[in-house]
Amino acid sequence: MRNEHAIVAEQFDDPVQEYQAATLGMWVFLGTEILFFGVLFAGYAVSRFNYPEAFAEASRHTDVVFGTISTGVLLTSGLSMALAVRGAKLGRDKAILGFLILTILLAITFLFIEGTEYYHAYKEQLIPAFNFTYESPHEKPVELFFFLYFLMTGMHAVHVTIGILIMIAIAIMAGRGRFSSYYYTPVELTGLYWAFVDIVWVFIYPLFYLVSRA
Amino acid sequence: MSANAAAEYTSYLDEGETLKSWLTTLDHKRIAVLYLVSITLFFFIGGIAAAVIRLELVTAGGDFVTAETYNKSFSLHGIVMVWFFLIPSIPAVLGNFLIPLMIGARDLAFPRLNLASWYLYTLGGIFTIGMVIAGGVDTGWTFYTPFSTMFSNTYVIAAVLGVFIVGFSSIFTGINFIVTIHKMRAPGLTWFRLPMFVWANYATSVIMVLATPVLAMTLTLVAVERIFQIGIFDPALGGDPLLFQHLFWFYSHPAVYIMVLPAMGVASELIACFSRSPVFGYRFMAYSVMAIAILGFLVWGHHMFVSGESVYAGMMFSLFSFMVAIPSAIKVFNWTATLYKGSISFEAPMLYALGFVFLFMIGGLTGIIVAALALDVHLTDTYFVIAHFHYIMVGGSVMAYLGGIHFWWPKMTGRMYPEMWGRIAAVLIFVGFNVTFFPQFLLGYLGMPRRYHEYPEELEVLNVISSGGALILALGYLLPLLYLLWSLRYGRIAGSNPWEAKGLEWQTSSPPAKYNFRETPIVTEEAYAYSPYKV
Ligand code: HEM
Ligand SMILES: [Cu+2]
Repeated sequence: MRNEHAIVAEQFDDPVQEYQAATLGMWVFLGTEILFFGVLFAGYAVSRFNYPEAFAEASRHTDVVFGTISTGVLLTSGLSMALAVRGAKLGRDKAILGFLILTILLAITFLFIEGTEYYHAYKEQLIPAFNFTYESPHEKPVELFFFLYFLMTGMHAVHVTIGILIMIAIAIMAGRGRFSSYYYTPVELTGLYWAFVDIVWVFIYPLFYLVSRA
Repeated sequence: MSANAAAEYTSYLDEGETLKSWLTTLDHKRIAVLYLVSITLFFFIGGIAAAVIRLELVTAGGDFVTAETYNKSFSLHGIVMVWFFLIPSIPAVLGNFLIPLMIGARDLAFPRLNLASWYLYTLGGIFTIGMVIAGGVDTGWTFYTPFSTMFSNTYVIAAVLGVFIVGFSSIFTGINFIVTIHKMRAPGLTWFRLPMFVWANYATSVIMVLATPVLAMTLTLVAVERIFQIGIFDPALGGDPLLFQHLFWFYSHPAVYIMVLPAMGVASELIACFSRSPVFGYRFMAYSVMAIAILGFLVWGHHMFVSGESVYAGMMFSLFSFMVAIPSAIKVFNWTATLYKGSISFEAPMLYALGFVFLFMIGGLTGIIVAALALDVHLTDTYFVIAHFHYIMVGGSVMAYLGGIHFWWPKMTGRMYPEMWGRIAAVLIFVGFNVTFFPQFLLGYLGMPRRYHEYPEELEVLNVISSGGALILALGYLLPLLYLLWSLRYGRIAGSNPWEAKGLEWQTSSPPAKYNFRETPIVTEEAYAYSPYKV
């Protein structure tokens, strides 16, 4: 028989308690994450309220096609992550591994598209405090828009990168047969985390790519 | 239990004597001791800065230190006291030590995270000390923009980084407590059998987890704005300085409850034990704690009455602030009722607890005064506000913290402190505190502004009294340091339950062994099953 992760950490009575504690811990952690991003969303709301025209103007400089494709890629990765978790619950190592690798590839694609967009912004001289040059009466607020754009997508990208690293670790564990239909907590928690990363993007996408676009 | 159980007993303190065994420990009790040492250190650093402030203010002219040094002193005082003492003190020291014991668990849910919290605390502390050595910071503990991002020539980034890092320490502690209290209670220990101390730390953890990320991100934005001269707070860059204040106080008002709720929890334990009666209105006490935590998120705008927020916002914030007084008053009434029904004895921890209730009451009542929009316009940024929040934070939290340290000292160390000295120190602190801070209400009412290092001649008498009180207070704080250290060697052996107190923590040996209980206890009683009227 395979190693069934028989060892429960010393402070817990049984695997059920350990599972519940880990899951609750993850939910609380995601709660803190929401508030982290919340500050940036609040900053966006206030700035946009102060400069509606400048924000409309600035949003026409983001690339809606790229933005939409990357949204599609990220949501697809959410699906494949969910399938990996399902594979774990059914105790199918191959399924976990396959879907995790797919998720990782999609995540890398997402980062690649985002990198391309950053490069375009660089060429158009739209990176605040770096090479920002913009001729318009709205110069300062447009810079503010791009400051928020880079900060929020950048924070999100950091989360995607951390997600990729976690998924690689989980994939290695799956490859070694560490999971079973009795013990799959790490896979499930990674799934929760990835769902959060998806959801944050679902808010970022319309704010920077869609709204006030004419 | 086997006959040679006693022979097998090793306390958590004997689990290894090397420095390494301490620095790599995963035992919540040892981590609590690590916190105790570092937090005590910071308390005295903050205290030294306070001494500089009070020395400068002995005379009306600015003749002891320069304006710049003065600004750096009060900034250091505020930063250290708020972020490195008040916020972590009770949760990180007493909470860490006691929560698993009180709920009959072997440890916190995530011991590694717990150790990481302490390292983050220490790292943040190193940044802050480094900032002081490099030359200090003059923004005050509130880092208001645009001063902090555009004008100050001091080490704002280092200070902000220190606070940012220590914030993560408190987020981790909060997550750990919430999960532990939810999932690891002993059989039979229902929510409404939990000691008030656990309830208080639960509510505190909720605030830590929900508010601290906002602070962390806000400070990040300050740092970005300062480094790159681009940001969302400075009006010259198109930003909005009020946004900073909203975000800052969205954290920092709830943060005052991070400081005071655990103190309320400690007070409930001490008052119940030394009046030998169950906490009166237990359920209301628990609900009040949660109500304070929730309402605390709705009142931040009372720090911004004169900032240019709209009058309507000001009125709403004022109203909500009044509402916080309701659950706070419930607590005071219920402590009083607990005392009324009890047979009271005045051991040192009880003296601290009574001091806490009295000073918290004055702080709370004056809180209502500053929460009233019209009055605050006159009192804002005067010494009245200083006195108000010192009554709450120093009179409240520090009193309770010291009371808790005395009460659980035998549990933590296995030794008793010298009772007489304990009482002398408690009285000295109470007297010193009032002599220091009561005159400041008058000074503020007379219009002495905060954060100035000179003031009109006619205010000198009250300032001299206040500085004299600070001297008594300092002596009062030094005493426990001395006799508690003394007791480590020479104190009487305590035994597992020297106060004959209720609560699971008293059912295990003092000091407890590594995994707290030999067998997981099963709880069959309500909390505080002290028999009433027993003499
Ligand atoms: C319960 C524990 C409390 C603590 C630890 C606390 C702490 C503080 C602190 C640190 C400040 C100073 C802010 C600054 O630097 O400008 C402050 C100010 C203030 N507090 Fe409290 N407070 C507490 C309770 C209350 C209550 C119950 C109320 C209202 C009912 C209240 C109302 C205020 C108001 C309105 C101010 C702003 C005064 C001004 O800036 O002019 N506080 N408090
Ligand atoms: Cu407040």
